[in-house]
Amino acid sequence: MASNDSTSKTIIVALVLCIVCSVFVCTAAVMLRPAQQINKDLDRKTNILAAAGMLQEDVSIDEQFASIKTRAVDMATGKFTDAVDVTVYDQRKASKDPAMSDELGDADLAKIGRRAKYTLVYVVEGDSGIDKIILPIKGYGLWSTLYGFVALESDLNTVAGLGFYDHAETPGLGGEVDNPIWKAKWVGKLSYDAENKQALTVIKGSVDKSRPEAVHQIDGLSGATLTGKGVDNLIKFWMGKDGFAPFLANLRAGEA
Amino acid sequence: MSTKIKDVLFKPVFDENPIALQILGICSALAVTSSLKVSFVMCVALTVVTAFSNMFVSLIRNHIPGSIRIIVQMTIIASLVIVVDQVLKAVAYDISKQLSVFVGLIITNCIVMGRAEAYAMKNPPVASFLDGIGNGLGYSVILLILAFIRELFGAGKLFGFEIFSVVNNGGWYVPNGLLLLPPSAFFLIGLLIWALRAWKKGQAEAPDFKIAPNSSEGEAV
Repeated sequence: MASNDSTSKTIIVALVLCIVCSVFVCTAAVMLRPAQQINKDLDRKTNILAAAGMLQEDVSIDEQFASIKTRAVDMATGKFTDAVDVTVYDQRKASKDPAMSDELGDADLAKIGRRAKYTLVYVVEGDSGIDKIILPIKGYGLWSTLYGFVALESDLNTVAGLGFYDHAETPGLGGEVDNPIWKAKWVGKLSYDAENKQALTVIKGSVDKSRPEAVHQIDGLSGATLTGKGVDNLIKFWMGKDGFAPFLANLRAGEA
Repeated sequence: MSTKIKDVLFKPVFDENPIALQILGICSALAVTSSLKVSFVMCVALTVVTAFSNMFVSLIRNHIPGSIRIIVQMTIIASLVIVVDQVLKAVAYDISKQLSVFVGLIITNCIVMGRAEAYAMKNPPVASFLDGIGNGLGYSVILLILAFIRELFGAGKLFGFEIFSVVNNGGWYVPNGLLLLPPSAFFLIGLLIWALRAWKKGQAEAPDFKIAPNSSEGEAV
């Protein structure tokens, strides 16, 4: 037998080890995927509820989700649609599929490349029509795409909550988008100004509360200028004319 | 239990503690110890990875070419860590979200590499496996002590259950916010090492150099 340090032995050991390890890792990943998917789903529902400020500790997530209706919106017309089955529609996949999404080009403020033709929104129904509406948002921060939700009150203007459920920003800096204290700053801010133009923005530094535009402004995150810029861009995009503005206008007029 | 097994298993807990004596694995000890639950999962994950990586490295130690031995060890460790990460995502999603990158960073935890290189390369599989468990326990003891102190005095809780009612909820205890920040773990580890070395004098190291007295007035002119 050749010595351990011969070239052929080295290559054989490296190859065999790589094959054994990759089979091991793949098997584990494939076998555990269903359980991870269930967890992810539960987590997504939790995030939707948390963004709407409706999350209760001691009630099961599925039970709490029962009062929320999932609807699809056609982004081109800004109206509700039944073109896709909301129970199986995978929005993330659709936004990558050329047949199911539109190239954004210059309008691409949030740096997401493509926008899915249909978007799922979550309607919280109260006694008198819509109580809250939860809209999915995403956009590029510093290192990663941030995926989250923004919830609006029944006036379709006041922010009821905001939260991100998936991102890979620097923990402690950009990762502070998950900080409850920062997220609480969004509650009660107005998305649109008196002329109905998109106005919600994340500024650098802290908001001067004495100024009239303070109702549209959120404090930046210290040490995370670029993540803050990313959140600012994605909120401007999704609340703007290429995002949900036409849909919200229709909804306000009762024509969605 | 024979003395040898006992030695391999329990010596790393106090006599040769990886954190307190060898000063390895400090980064995760600072990062994840702000809550007991998270620390506990981290300890289990690290113990499992160290034990199995030691075992597998030891199993093939006679066939590992010297020139690529570190890479071989890394590959085994990395595969195990990915599997542990996947399992956590499947069964303890919330905790895996809190641990986030630190599970992945077990790959670069010096304890795992250190034991593979220093012990598993020279010893049979069973002994190596036990050595891995032992060092995992040593790491766990320190982590759990840190987490106990930090969570109790930093948040007034243990495993998420309220022990001291904090002022924010109308109680009497003003939590020490510093304890929830990573630097506090540094101070605590320092104090632990001090206490350990006062108890077991053999662990104190001889000083590497002596600090010379300040130059006298005459010399400086």
